[in-house]
Amino acid sequence: MKPQPIQVERLTCERDHRELFAGLSFELAAGEVLQVAGPNGSGKTSLLRILAGLMPPVAGDIRYAGESILSGRGRERWRQDLLYIGHAPAIKGSLTAEENLAWLCALGTPASREQIWAALAQVGLKGFEDVLCHNLSAGQQRRVALARLYLQPPPVWILDEPFTAIDKAGVAALEQHVLAHAAAGGLVVLTTHHSLDHLDAVRCLDLQQVA
Amino acid sequence: MRRIVWLLFCREWRLAWRRPGDLLNPLVFFAIVISLFPLAVGPEPSMLRIMAPGVIWVAALLATLLSLDGLFRSDYEDGSLEQWVLSAHPLTLMVLVKVAHHWLVSGLALVILAPLFGLMLALPPQVLPVLCLTLLLGTPVLSLLGAVGAALTVGLKGGGLLLALLIMPLYIPVLILGTGAMDAALQGLPVMGYALWLGCLAVLALSLAPLAIAAGLRIGVSE
Repeated sequence: MKPQPIQVERLTCERDHRELFAGLSFELAAGEVLQVAGPNGSGKTSLLRILAGLMPPVAGDIRYAGESILSGRGRERWRQDLLYIGHAPAIKGSLTAEENLAWLCALGTPASREQIWAALAQVGLKGFEDVLCHNLSAGQQRRVALARLYLQPPPVWILDEPFTAIDKAGVAALEQHVLAHAAAGGLVVLTTHHSLDHLDAVRCLDLQQVA
Repeated sequence: MRRIVWLLFCREWRLAWRRPGDLLNPLVFFAIVISLFPLAVGPEPSMLRIMAPGVIWVAALLATLLSLDGLFRSDYEDGSLEQWVLSAHPLTLMVLVKVAHHWLVSGLALVILAPLFGLMLALPPQVLPVLCLTLLLGTPVLSLLGAVGAALTVGLKGGGLLLALLIMPLYIPVLILGTGAMDAALQGLPVMGYALWLGCLAVLALSLAPLAIAAGLRIGVSE
């Protein structure tokens, strides 16, 4: 399943009456990885939340397959094709890794127990399937959330700081997974303070320069 | 659709039973308020009997309000609500399941415990079925309306007091009908009218509150 092209048109974002960016326009097509960069408070998370459709923009529009994602049929379609993992990764401490993933997958495409175990093994959590998540470290909890990227994910990924608390080997594996997804025709938008300069395929959008 | 309802119910069930303290809080509150009254006003059965409907209903109302404050908070803070909002499944259905589960572990427990406390407050045994019936019809309304307030205050720090201020006026009809039915039963008058009104409110809340809760949560998540 390949994503449709995305057009971001003259997007403006305000937080507490302070303008974070204005007139931001760009286009994304299948096979691209976009890194949103900028210092703290420059509106990276806000941009991702607006893109995901969680937060309405002050002005501007986002089109997916030619239709606005802010309402109606365009929004339905966008939600079907989108996987958003936010700053808070929706992991419940009092559920096990497997239960967390089973529920999060059920919200989109349901996954079987075997698929979940395989995905957990791929993020290095083999043997932790039945451990309550509050007994896992921050990095391990983040890995549980990121295991969703290995479970029949939709074509468009929006990832807010996916590398937080993850060790070097984990980051490298994740980078490869993101690139492989893009190479297979997927589309990834992510923020990270971690440098992705060594990856040629990554486009960078610096919010400080457009502000 | 049926699958997501079942899975959500299982998830809520697990979350609730792994933190049993949170389940017990409203029940303990209910028990403490009711057992303090005879100590404070004296053990005279005729006096307790007059006060009993009001005391039980007010305690049930406050216990529900107390337990609702955190209904959506943890899901909001750990990002679960964002995933719900973005999911292709209807948010109204998911919040209805969540509130229904909440009522099953708090409201229904109050209904089951109430006859015991009714006896403690010297209510005659023949009015206890009326007490159970009115609570059975009234507590879902309390849960649903309270969940609207909980959804609207989900993003606010210390929204507990605001929740009480927002929701208390809406609870008053339920309180009046519930205690009215009990007073009528104590005097041997028919209670069907009160019960039907409570039933009306329950149906109304069941059909409209989930829409308001979902809208409130969408606003909370978009902040």
